[in-house]
Amino acid sequence: SSKNHPEHLSSYMSEIVPPEVRPKPAVPAKPSHVAPPSRSALFGYIGIDTIIEQMRKKTMKTGFDFNIMVVGQSGLGKSTLVNTLFKSQVSRRSTSWSRDEKIPKTVEIKSVSHVIEEGGVKMKLTVIDTPGFGDQINNENCWEPISKYINEQYEKFLKEEVNIARKKRIPDTRVHCCLYFISPTGHSLRQLDIEFMKHLSRVVNIIPVIAKSDTLTLDEKTEFKQKVRKELEACGIECYPQKEFDEDMEDKSDNDKIREAMPFAVVGSDKEYQANAKRILGRKTPWGVVEVENPNHCEFSLLRDFMIRSHLQDLKEVTHNIHYETYRAKRLNDNGGLHPISSSGQDTQESNL
Amino acid sequence: MTTNIRYKSRMVKSGNDTNDKQYVGFATLPNQVHRKSVKKGFDFTLMVAGESGLGKSTLVNSLFLTDLYKDRKLLNAEERINQTVEITKHTVDIEEKGVKLKLTIVDTPGFGDAVNNNECWGPITDYTDQQFEQYFRDESGLNRKNILDNRVHCCLYFIPPFGHGLRPVDVEFMKALHEKVNIIPLISKADCLTPSEVKKLKDRVRDEIEHFGIKVYQFPECDSDEEEEFKQMDKELKECTPFAVIGSNTVVEARGQRVRGRLYPWGIVEVENQSHCDFVKLRNMLIRSHMHDLKDVTCDVHYENYRAHCIQEMTSKLAQDNRTDSPLPILPLPTPDVETEKLIKMKDEELKRMQEMLEKMQQQMHEKDQ
Repeated sequence: SSKNHPEHLSSYMSEIVPPEVRPKPAVPAKPSHVAPPSRSALFGYIGIDTIIEQMRKKTMKTGFDFNIMVVGQSGLGKSTLVNTLFKSQVSRRSTSWSRDEKIPKTVEIKSVSHVIEEGGVKMKLTVIDTPGFGDQINNENCWEPISKYINEQYEKFLKEEVNIARKKRIPDTRVHCCLYFISPTGHSLRQLDIEFMKHLSRVVNIIPVIAKSDTLTLDEKTEFKQKVRKELEACGIECYPQKEFDEDMEDKSDNDKIREAMPFAVVGSDKEYQANAKRILGRKTPWGVVEVENPNHCEFSLLRDFMIRSHLQDLKEVTHNIHYETYRAKRLNDNGGLHPISSSGQDTQESNL
Repeated sequence: MTTNIRYKSRMVKSGNDTNDKQYVGFATLPNQVHRKSVKKGFDFTLMVAGESGLGKSTLVNSLFLTDLYKDRKLLNAEERINQTVEITKHTVDIEEKGVKLKLTIVDTPGFGDAVNNNECWGPITDYTDQQFEQYFRDESGLNRKNILDNRVHCCLYFIPPFGHGLRPVDVEFMKALHEKVNIIPLISKADCLTPSEVKKLKDRVRDEIEHFGIKVYQFPECDSDEEEEFKQMDKELKECTPFAVIGSNTVVEARGQRVRGRLYPWGIVEVENQSHCDFVKLRNMLIRSHMHDLKDVTCDVHYENYRAHCIQEMTSKLAQDNRTDSPLPILPLPTPDVETEKLIKMKDEELKRMQEMLEKMQQQMHEKDQ
């Protein structure tokens, strides 16, 4: 068979991340799907599998960007949760903003970037906060500034991509993940929740979480989650991971499990306490210590594992291959083609796309 | 603004210095009032307001040990798209140790739940005004034997524990209602806050209430001759506001006892444990010590303000119409006539006479003590 022909190998190497193929994460958790090597291959080791190691090294050297947006009413613990997720003071509050700042009259978009490193891998993490969302008396269309910001990042990327002289690595400011904080009323979603997610679930990856879930007992949590899932389905809202993007049966089964457990009921904390002879992150109340990383207490660990340890790369890819492409296609159709970036008078810019 | 004097009923101490010759015997008046009231029973109208999901119904059930909301059906988000703020009433008769209480709970479903909550307090202010108006008419009417008092005596306003203080909708609501009803702000679902967070939030809310000029219900000052212990308790109560409360419809086992509480994987929250929340303080204040005062303030302050305002409006209208100057307000009755006016005047004068008598009696009692 021609599968092991060296030519095939070189054409793959010219583009590290070809758009049509979504390679599995660099830290492999699943076996590859390649058919067992034919008899001829066993007689000579080509070394194709080292590509994974090469990609890994490359990723480690270049590092990567991750942009996460947090949306929800003030006081739902957004900043604390992000700090807890990345185990560093990365949110806006920790850097400059004091806790006594007043609620802004309109929704503002404020982003803060930090470079964090773990195991030799560097990540430029940008946390985009949206103060003022849902805090006014009249919250009509308060998602518009957010939608505008997201589309602006797509536009920025598109402009870079369309350039004749493109940067080697286009700075990626697109929102890879939007954590939406649901107030733990225990009843159902609020009107505003549905409006926001309806407008934005087709534009960005939304991961809904139930904030400050230490106010719900186990039964209340289960009931609330079920209610929320039903309501989302009834309104036709698809959150990440979207069913339509499951690639294969394995993906589907993994993601189904996650979808059934969502929305994750989380608790955040940046304080450590002594419990069971260990130092753990938690919240100390007169009736006990809520342990953030204890799966019996809340689903923070589930969220973290899902978002960071298994689907981080997928979040970026869905953003790039699906949401961004949708935006791009729409722009092309709307304008009948994009304006040429350089004034060369050519109308064949489309060949660059 | 007219400040109305609130008559405090002083408990006459059973003294040993009763001189038979000078002892008239009306010192037993409070007891007589008490007996009559027990026979008649009390009524109390309590309003609960706040966004949905803040535990209002659960708290009401916990306070009055009832299950008023058994058959409630919660709307889901789609059904609530066109929901407007409603006013619903639940009435329940409670009897304890021979004393009957007719409790009416006025609920405000839909408040603050929409995307656009402009003027969402409108239906609520309309409702309180309507009750005042109805009472005003009844009071000025001919047959006053069976006036129904539907005026709202107290409004528990639920502030979410998730924010950092008062939100714009909280401020606007309280400002729209603080001169119509006794507002008691509460921090709801307080079991999601650590003790230091509770304190911070309380301080913040108190500051903001002062900053925005919101007149919440004030506990009356202690009488100077009350016991020290009582005074101390009273002081603690006042410093504890706004109360941080937790409610529960379920009974759990805690420390060998069955108590109302909430069972979490990390511990059990007991509703009646004072180190867990201020529920007991609220209940004591609302029911055990200040229920009567809440009614008094409603009658003497809020209602009187409404009445004065109404009368002023009417007399100014009269002046405009150039009608004869009448000291009495001409009430918006369907057929105002001279006979009715005469009757009203008589009753008013009678009331004044009775008030003067009462004042004299009080003075006499005061002198007697000295």
